[in-house]
Amino acid sequence: MDINLTRSFDLSVPMQLSTALLPDLLLFAGAMVLMLYAAGRPESEATQRKVGMGALGLCIAILVAVVVVAAQGWSSGPGVIAVDSFRWSSNVVFLIGAIITIALSMDYNAREGIVVPEAHVLVVFATGGMMLMAAARDLMVLFLGIELMSIAVYVLAGLNRRSNRSAEAALKYFLLGAFSTGFLLYGIALVYGATGSTNLATIGERVVSMNLQASPMLLVGVALLLVGFAFKVAAAPFHMWAPDVYEGAPTPITGYMAAAVKAAAFAAFLRVWLEAFSGVYPQWHRAIWWLAAITMVVGNLIALQQRNIKRMLAYSSIGHTGFILVALAAGTSQAATAFIFYLLAYTLATMGAFAVMVALGTAGQPRETIEDYNGLWQERPGLAVAMAVFMLALLGFPIFGGMGFLAKWYVLQAALQAPAPQTRLAVILVIASSISAGYYLALVIAMFMKPRPAGAAAFPPLGGMARAVIVGSVAILLFFGAWPEPLVRLVQRNSMLGAPPGAPAAPAAQTAATR
Amino acid sequence: MADFLQSIGYHGWVLPALLAIPTLGAVLVWLHGFMQRDTSEDAVAAGAMTARRLTFAILMLEFLVSIGLWWSFDVNSAGWQAAVDWPWIDSWGARFSLGIDGLSLMMVLLTTFLMPLAVLGGWTSVRHKVHTYHVLLLLLTVGVLGVFVAKDLFLFYVMWEVMLIPMYFIVGVWGGERRIYASIKFFIYTMVGSLLMLVAIVYLGWQAGILEGRPNFAYDAIMNLPEFRPIVSFWLFVAFFLAFAVKVPMFPFHTWLPDAHVEAPTAGSVILAGILLKLGTYGFLRLAVPLFPGIALHPTVRAVIIALAVIGVIYGSLVALVQPDFKKLVAYSSVAHLGMVMLGIFALTPESVQGALMVMIGHGVSTGALFFLIGMIYERKHSRIIADYGGIAKVVPVYATLLTIVALSSIGLPGTNGFIGEFLVMLGSFKTVPGMTTISALGVILAAAYLLWALQRILYNPLDKPENKHLTDLNWREIGLMAPLIFMILWMGVYPKPVLRRMEASVQKFVQTVEAKAAQQSVTITMGGGR
Repeated sequence: MDINLTRSFDLSVPMQLSTALLPDLLLFAGAMVLMLYAAGRPESEATQRKVGMGALGLCIAILVAVVVVAAQGWSSGPGVIAVDSFRWSSNVVFLIGAIITIALSMDYNAREGIVVPEAHVLVVFATGGMMLMAAARDLMVLFLGIELMSIAVYVLAGLNRRSNRSAEAALKYFLLGAFSTGFLLYGIALVYGATGSTNLATIGERVVSMNLQASPMLLVGVALLLVGFAFKVAAAPFHMWAPDVYEGAPTPITGYMAAAVKAAAFAAFLRVWLEAFSGVYPQWHRAIWWLAAITMVVGNLIALQQRNIKRMLAYSSIGHTGFILVALAAGTSQAATAFIFYLLAYTLATMGAFAVMVALGTAGQPRETIEDYNGLWQERPGLAVAMAVFMLALLGFPIFGGMGFLAKWYVLQAALQAPAPQTRLAVILVIASSISAGYYLALVIAMFMKPRPAGAAAFPPLGGMARAVIVGSVAILLFFGAWPEPLVRLVQRNSMLGAPPGAPAAPAAQTAATR
Repeated sequence: MADFLQSIGYHGWVLPALLAIPTLGAVLVWLHGFMQRDTSEDAVAAGAMTARRLTFAILMLEFLVSIGLWWSFDVNSAGWQAAVDWPWIDSWGARFSLGIDGLSLMMVLLTTFLMPLAVLGGWTSVRHKVHTYHVLLLLLTVGVLGVFVAKDLFLFYVMWEVMLIPMYFIVGVWGGERRIYASIKFFIYTMVGSLLMLVAIVYLGWQAGILEGRPNFAYDAIMNLPEFRPIVSFWLFVAFFLAFAVKVPMFPFHTWLPDAHVEAPTAGSVILAGILLKLGTYGFLRLAVPLFPGIALHPTVRAVIIALAVIGVIYGSLVALVQPDFKKLVAYSSVAHLGMVMLGIFALTPESVQGALMVMIGHGVSTGALFFLIGMIYERKHSRIIADYGGIAKVVPVYATLLTIVALSSIGLPGTNGFIGEFLVMLGSFKTVPGMTTISALGVILAAAYLLWALQRILYNPLDKPENKHLTDLNWREIGLMAPLIFMILWMGVYPKPVLRRMEASVQKFVQTVEAKAAQQSVTITMGGGR
């Protein structure tokens, strides 16, 4: 950690609090301006594109701002929000997700006849909610962030008003989302009842100091929060909504939900769990363990059956939820760093895959089944290779899959780290990954080894935005896949927290026992 | 020669150069294909020819760079040579550290020797997507050499996986009728096997780096770990065993091999049989056995593995005997030969281990040569079925001569390279496991049976198929391709001493450390558990 002149905020002073929230506030201000601009214009494709460009520029500007702020090494005293590198690095992931989504949406919306310009503004609002979630150090702020994000995304899922499936997706997402919010709220209420605080740090302290490890009220609260979060991150058995919603939503939004929304839910999940509930680690460890194991197996097994790529990626994202939960089950601060690295790789690979899908679809022909990709390599070698890189990244393959492998390696490291090695979970993880080879490779086989069917319609030309997104994602994945050191250094600066008290602290003593 | 090499600091750069040359070469060939905008048939054909020549030149350069190791290698040293150690992912304790010793020297040379020949072998048979094919061959070279020279387990694993993708595409895109089935089977088997090794490597890395608070994947650090509890060692050994046994392939895990070999294009089969299978046995020599000698030499484990090896020898030979397809016959003969290697490794005497290494090299050369010859005749007649031939020795005399020499070396006729290895394995293994060795000797007899019978049916029976009367004999490219292989077969058969000499020190050290560590561990096991 940097000890040199870093600024520490006193969050009880409003001025300092708003400085600490600067990127978030700027984002919201920009979103308001865009919203007003869009409201005063007729609904047309031109407006849609203008607002889209504005939203894109805003997100890029905020991304730069976040990077600049992160480089200052700010810190803060106790308060409702966190000022740490975990927050900044999560924000980077969300903003990258938002940038890709908006870039893809502009062409996609035009093609599908979606002219509402506010669509892009909603993405910005949802991203603001995510940033708030990553910052929240208080359950109330966290709840605000979740609602802000969720409501925007409910609307985004139903963006395509002419499509029945889109409407179905939106309704399903809304009903189940509202249901899970209920769980979260009830959990927050019970935790507050048990500890008398909604502040994560205070809860963490009081759990230990008031000896609440066996308090039924706290434990039920923790359990309800767990269910709520499990819904949000789509962990089995709370994953039922995900495939239908992912299939029905507009493709760029599906990518956004699979990557950024999940990332935000996980960021909040991790912070709450490691900061507030590390004192009850032994109590929740088993639950997370089983959640991780079931999610990995169920997600990957069902994905094998899918012929629709959107559904396949939906189940694959459920599988990846399980992989990240493995890091959490180890309960060390390595989980937080592994998580950031994993999410960056996963976001780039998933969004990249959706970008290829957007690029290949046309208005009448969405090209969503694996068969539609037969012989892609013959006609579009570049796109086929890019898609193969994304699939191999999701599969976790070294060099050719770039960061994907290192991400999985990082999670394994976190899981096998000395204090409490989760060896069995690690074994389940690798078995689940080898199952996943079955469906990721199915797409590779279709693209490279099957012939192009006679009389198949030609693929549309590649839009500039989609090209930029695809090339950028492949480049970042491959570059950091071969030379991850700078990135690893960066995420390891995560100063979120130390090892939880529940996990044994002295590694040396523990190893002697495991040997 | 050695002085000259020393004067140019050869040992300081040779291993990184061996990885860099094909990597840069792959980029070069890819760029050449990428730049080609003219899609007329002539331009594509000309571009393809340039790609072949370029790849051949790059791999020849690679061979010339590597061949210096033959002279610069210090035969009396059993430690790492030509080692380099560069930082890579410091925060994870993974370093880019390379080195060779007597176990890997000949494997490296075998690889660089076979790769340019493999390019020649696919010269006319690979006709579409020629650039991509050669890019994949070059990347495959990087992966294979990377495994042989890695001195860091993280790097080892990365390279182990890197070589899988090019091979997968080579089989799946340029292969035969059932290529998709064969390639996916190859991929899934190998990947499932190696993923557990991943867990084991991360675990070992953490144990080795426990005091530094971050993992340490250096081979030497992991070798020096104090022993684990037997149950932990056992599972770690199983993880490595699965990865390597699939690759070898050992008897119950071998079913991917005939499919992949038969469906792969000629160069793919040559590389698979000649080099890739050796990675499995090399893994046993480098990691599985020396890291967990207490488990590897535990009487039950050892008996099971040796039994599987001997079953592989007999079963592979018997199945080869009844194959109507010549390529499949050779594929099953690989199962038998590799069973012999496993027997040699687990018999654990200096002679048997040296013999195992010799079989690995000999099998690489002669089975590689067999696959080349099958590819050549297949290009002419488009059939691999033995019954479609007969009496063609009269039509293609040069081909017949070469096929006979190569088949005899594969059988293990004295005076060819096959004999030295098998003889040493028998000699060495008889000291520790006489019964099993005797049974495996049957395999040698069976090898003579299936190969000679096949030779008879292909070359010498009456020439009763009219279409065979017009087969053309080998052209100069093909003869030039076979010449170095024939030379190696005869040279290593007549005067193997220089090769053996280069392995001796490392093999001695290998056997001694393993035995010493095993003795120490078996004491602890009987004393009631480790620490």
